[in-house]
Amino acid sequence: MPKKGTKSKEVDNAPNQQENKLPDYLEVQRTRVVCNADAPIHTQGYQYSGTFAAMGVDNSVSVEKFCKNFKIEINRLTEDDMEFDMIGIDASIANAFRRILIAEVPTMAIEKIFMVDNTSVIADEVLSHRLGLIPLRADPRLFDYISENDVPNERNTVVYKLHVSCPKGSQRITVKSSELEWLPEGSQLSMAAPAQSGDKQKTFTSFSQSQKEILEEPLGVKFKDITIARLGPGQAIELEAHAVKGVGKVHAKWSPVATAWYRMLPEVVILKDIEGDDAEELVKKCPVNVFDIEDLGNGGKRAVVAKPRACTLCRECVMGPNGNQVELRRVRDHFIFTIESTGALPPEVLFTEAVKILEEKCERVISELS
Amino acid sequence: MAVLAKGDNEGGKVVDTMPLPTYHSLAAPVRKPVDKFALLPAFLKVRGLVKEHIDSFNYFIDKGIKKIVEANNRIEARNDPSIYLRYLDVRVGMPSIYENCNVESITPHLCRLTDRTYSAPIEVDIQYTVGKQHVVKRRNKFIIGYMPIMLRSSACILNEMDEDELAKYGECPLDPGGYFVVKGTEKVILIQEQLSKNRIIVDTDSKGRVIASVTSSTHAIKSKTVVLMDKGKIYLQLNQFTKPIPIIVVMKAMGMESDQEAVQMVGRDPRYGDLLFPSIQECASERIYTRQQALQYMDEKVMYPGATNNKEGRSNSILHDVFIAHVPVKDGNLRPKCIYTAVMLRRMLDAILNSDTFDDKDYVGNKRFELSGQLISLLFEDLFKTMNSQAVERMNKNSDKTRSSPLDFSQLIMQDTITFGLERAISTGNWDIKRFRMHRKGVSQVLSRLSYMATLGYMTRITPQFEKTRKTSGPRALQPSQWGMLCPCDTPEGEACGLTKNLALLSHITTDQEEGPLIDLCHSLGVEDLLFLSSEEIHAPGSFLVMLNGLILGKHKDPQRLVIHLRNLRRSNVIGEFVSIFINEKQRCVHIASDGGRVCRPLIIADMGISRIDETHMTKLRDGTYDFDDFLSGGLIEYLDVNEENNALIALYEHMDQDDVERSSITHIEIEPLSILGVVSGLIPYPHHNQSPRNTYQCAMGKQAMGNIAYNQLFRADSLLYLLVYAQRPLLTTKTIELVGYDKLGAGQNATVAVMGYSGYDIEDAIVMNKSSLDRGFGRCIALKKYTVLKDNYVDGVSDRIVKPQRDKDGVLMKQNMRALDDDGIVAPGQIIRNHDIYVNKQTPMNTSKGIGRPLTDSCYKDSPAIYKGVDGETTVVDRVMLCSDTNDKLSIKCIIRHTRRPEVGDKFSSRHGQKGVCGTIIQQEDFPFSERGICPDLIMNPHGFPSRMTIGKMIELLGGKAGVSCGRFHYGSAFGEPSGNADNVADISSTLIKHGFSYNGKDFLYSGILGQPLEAYIFMGPIYYQKLKHMVLDKMHARASGPRVLLTRQPTEGRSRDGGLRLGEMERDCLIAYGASMLIFERLMLSSDPYQVQVCRKCGLLGYYNHKLKTSYCSMCKNGENMAKMRLPYACKLLFQELHAMNVVPRLKLTEV
Ligand code: SF4
Repeated sequence: MPKKGTKSKEVDNAPNQQENKLPDYLEVQRTRVVCNADAPIHTQGYQYSGTFAAMGVDNSVSVEKFCKNFKIEINRLTEDDMEFDMIGIDASIANAFRRILIAEVPTMAIEKIFMVDNTSVIADEVLSHRLGLIPLRADPRLFDYISENDVPNERNTVVYKLHVSCPKGSQRITVKSSELEWLPEGSQLSMAAPAQSGDKQKTFTSFSQSQKEILEEPLGVKFKDITIARLGPGQAIELEAHAVKGVGKVHAKWSPVATAWYRMLPEVVILKDIEGDDAEELVKKCPVNVFDIEDLGNGGKRAVVAKPRACTLCRECVMGPNGNQVELRRVRDHFIFTIESTGALPPEVLFTEAVKILEEKCERVISELS
Repeated sequence: MAVLAKGDNEGGKVVDTMPLPTYHSLAAPVRKPVDKFALLPAFLKVRGLVKEHIDSFNYFIDKGIKKIVEANNRIEARNDPSIYLRYLDVRVGMPSIYENCNVESITPHLCRLTDRTYSAPIEVDIQYTVGKQHVVKRRNKFIIGYMPIMLRSSACILNEMDEDELAKYGECPLDPGGYFVVKGTEKVILIQEQLSKNRIIVDTDSKGRVIASVTSSTHAIKSKTVVLMDKGKIYLQLNQFTKPIPIIVVMKAMGMESDQEAVQMVGRDPRYGDLLFPSIQECASERIYTRQQALQYMDEKVMYPGATNNKEGRSNSILHDVFIAHVPVKDGNLRPKCIYTAVMLRRMLDAILNSDTFDDKDYVGNKRFELSGQLISLLFEDLFKTMNSQAVERMNKNSDKTRSSPLDFSQLIMQDTITFGLERAISTGNWDIKRFRMHRKGVSQVLSRLSYMATLGYMTRITPQFEKTRKTSGPRALQPSQWGMLCPCDTPEGEACGLTKNLALLSHITTDQEEGPLIDLCHSLGVEDLLFLSSEEIHAPGSFLVMLNGLILGKHKDPQRLVIHLRNLRRSNVIGEFVSIFINEKQRCVHIASDGGRVCRPLIIADMGISRIDETHMTKLRDGTYDFDDFLSGGLIEYLDVNEENNALIALYEHMDQDDVERSSITHIEIEPLSILGVVSGLIPYPHHNQSPRNTYQCAMGKQAMGNIAYNQLFRADSLLYLLVYAQRPLLTTKTIELVGYDKLGAGQNATVAVMGYSGYDIEDAIVMNKSSLDRGFGRCIALKKYTVLKDNYVDGVSDRIVKPQRDKDGVLMKQNMRALDDDGIVAPGQIIRNHDIYVNKQTPMNTSKGIGRPLTDSCYKDSPAIYKGVDGETTVVDRVMLCSDTNDKLSIKCIIRHTRRPEVGDKFSSRHGQKGVCGTIIQQEDFPFSERGICPDLIMNPHGFPSRMTIGKMIELLGGKAGVSCGRFHYGSAFGEPSGNADNVADISSTLIKHGFSYNGKDFLYSGILGQPLEAYIFMGPIYYQKLKHMVLDKMHARASGPRVLLTRQPTEGRSRDGGLRLGEMERDCLIAYGASMLIFERLMLSSDPYQVQVCRKCGLLGYYNHKLKTSYCSMCKNGENMAKMRLPYACKLLFQELHAMNVVPRLKLTEV
């Protein structure tokens, strides 16, 4: 994590390069997005390797440079979300991770509902839709994708059952996601056509073994308190839900993250010393207390940047008559990445999964090229 | 008061415009502004949203019907008046039906579901003679018919029920009532706008002549009297006369033989005399000096002379009965009519001398609004009289024929006349009452249940008197007098623009009130009866005429005192709260009105600019110890109608200084400025920041928005119902929204909107939607459609039958499309039903005309299944199946089929600011921009939507919504609400935004979802309430290759419902001609449409035919087949030739070789 301003982000020169440095203003343009009061500038950055060749500065991307500079620092990690800094990487790659996390990391979600009974006020389709969006606690890595012609088996389908009824004369009840019951043995519903006498009842799945045997942990739902429906007296819901593996691109229910995003590291620079009442005013202006006051002794006060990371970019400090004394910047290759998992996998696993998917994609490109 | 002009008070004491501060005025406590908002809910609690409908119907049920029956309470046989029937009393009972010899009470919801009429018996107590001896008998609770009952009226079972009870009856507590249920459909009798009756209106006619007209309307007769000035002379025009009659002749005919007296009556001002002189001269030149001569002169001009004793005396009776018919003639004394005519003349002459005194027909004070009670009462009066005359007719016929014991009347009264008459009128909307010469169409309309707002909008709608085709602009323009009475925004676009209006939130329409006590009161307050005054004294200086409901009551020497007294009496509840007392300085008249149909609104009374309501009253109101009626009876609030408003000086706020208006002259204070808007426009946030037409557009669109319709929406059986799955309450609300319950029955969702360009699929107001939002349920809606199948009964007990799906011996269905059927032959609820599936497996007997006596076998039936027509590839589900017997005892099967739809490209959405747009494209979430906090918009709107629309309100809504979600408080945006705190200030909103780390202007720093880099601009982003409108692509999408053709012309059918072709019209044809694409025209217009081969005789040019046996062509005209040629024609062309033949026109074809 860079401590202060531009200093820490000195260009580490490759051995064969001369000690050439860009002038400050160009260096800012190259490595920072400047957020002016009216609009951000230099958002694009310089992609071309020879942009600064005339000044003897190499702008190319090299693996060594990347390996040397790239850094990940985890700031927060809980069961459901994490925040980490990803330093020294291009926006396009950081964005690739974000996009993969949202759309391409698979999870399990309920896809098929076999409705036996639904006398609640919620229509079957809406109820099914609600069930589909419930995050399941089932590791997608243990399952296969199911294609249209596949028979649902223990390797590609998880079966849940929901059977609730509200007895007549009682109070209205709320059906929560905790009522979803995992059926490790597969579907319990028999197909409509009566099976031939003798052999096992034909159900909607054909499990060859119980899922209990292949899985270490029992499956369930991640959150127990999601409201599915409300039942009035005399109403009942009975259904079987089949969850399959899928990706968020197809439907948001398979997205493993509530959302995943990043922001570039804020950098607040005081261009001219702000002292006295102006400093007080500046400190007061910022809603997230980015600035602080440094005591200069004998009553003198100077504004300093204390917590630039907290800046939400409200642009209050760059507005007004003294606005030009402060500059808001974003560090172009430092991303504060946040992953909010929906619960199927812990966030750190999700990220490694995303990396794996990107790797796979790259490999596919390479193999196609060779 | 009306005299407000500055420096006008000469003679009187000169009032200091700036009173010097005194000790008292400085020591007086500074009054804090009182929060009067609580009055609005209190008003609506007492009066309700549709109280005018209910009040008017209640008035009819309680009083009106009694008056009608009382006025016609005796019927007797023509040839024996001692056989009679007398109505002693009449009541409307509780809603019930008479079925299978017993009376069953019914509920409105039952009627909706079973196609019945929600009606109650009209019970009368009668006294009648029986038998030869004319024994007088009495019978109570004799039913003469059934009256459809307005929901929530005093006769309705729902009256004064609380929420729980309503729920028990399947009613929605938010449903306002005020409509009828007739044959299962909900019908509203719209408020009808009319010119006020019995009032003098001075105007110019189409030829530019000055006219004074009165439309008189009494129980007995309706007439229109016109006095006009043509070429300097004044005439009377009446339909009964062939020609206009000089007015002086009319005066003479009424006994005003002295010209001097006539002039005196009009007024002593010499200018009046000058204007009247030509008329007097004309009269003299006709040599009419006496009453007799005048009547004779008039007799000759009578339009339809009666058959008997030719024209003699006709004009006299016209003067008595038709001429200004509402002025009563007592003992043949025509003097009141003379005075009235003189007043009319005076008003007319005033208008000529001073064009300011013309009346404005569009002025709301000159309008009356007819409500359902009045309309039904007219209908009932007519039907009641018809029923009675029919009974008399039957009695006469009976006694003519048989001389046996006469029947009694009670057996001759038929219930059907009234029952069916009322039912028919309300269900068709045609008010055809010959007796009152009333022929109106579209009086009642089906209550739209598209959304809650549509329903409320219907209840407050006012339909115009004019035909809509007229191109006039005057009646369409916004009238200043509409302020607070009629909504300035809510009017449709197009032909009815400005004519169809809506009531404002706090307005009320009066019902009739008794005149008798008012007259007595006026007299005791010093009103002098004109009959005791000489003509000279009528217009004595300083005295004003006193008019009550258009009748001249007398004159008063100190009008201001009279007015103050009367108003004080009204404030202390001695006279009705809706009586209006209006002093018109220009006309030198005091108008007192107690008639029905005036709009009025409550205002806070202020004494010398100081509101009578203070904090103590409001605390009491909030505590519940006070209600709105207490404010009325306590003299704190009063109702003012449009006329009386002219005597008032109304301040918006008490605590604010109005620039050049003196504080002490303020007489009233507005309750809340947001009440100038109506119910529908009240849901727009910050409407006062929008360009005005945008609010009007939103009013039209709010009614098409999908959402929740009523609490009982899932138990209703409307033929089409659109519901939003996850309807939300708007984040940025208004006070009106909370008052009308829109927050409970919302029609939209709070979408996070980013205002930016994206992808090029957002041109022309299209919006770009986030696919993940749609996946998560944004904009998802349910369409419920009702399909009804009738099981018909035929003669001899033969009827249709419903059979279970036929299966072969393995139990497999015979036909695939029977898969949705249950074993009883009707679809099972919950079943998925696809296009072409059968939903009722019905069979009809082959022979329906006559039964064969023995039971029918299977072979006697043919299949006539009801087949579902849906969209291929869409899954629809049977929601419910309801069986009931309709009024003709046929089994009706109602299948309600549900279709859940997610938004797709082309579906229409709109914000609450008249900004509609279709969904242009749907894009993955990862491609969407995201903010620093990870927020991803639900939809993207193009910024080009703003500059030309100028909907600043939408921007403030976004800001307010954003502040709302970050601080957790619903923000308000009520109309004109900033000063009173009913709308949040932009400055406050901005500071809230800053406090939560947003930019004050609502613009966020966004990253591109595609590139990962920041966007090169800050993006205006935040929540806006979006409505999904009922126009969906799925219902409109249509294309066809080849398909059905019309039988007659063999051209492709028209319209989506018939799978029709797309027409290549005239203009398209013109394009092709201009381009020169002749072969394309040929193909489009003939080959792809209706090509037909004909045989043409080259000799006679007529069409021949082809003989298939002989394989030759033949001309039946030339009787040979020699000159035949083959050619192709459009079939429609051939048809035209043949039709022309049939009309004796011979079209001949001349053929040449190409
Ligand atoms: S932009 Fe806003 S949050 Fe950031 S430093 Fe300035 S005032 Fe503080």
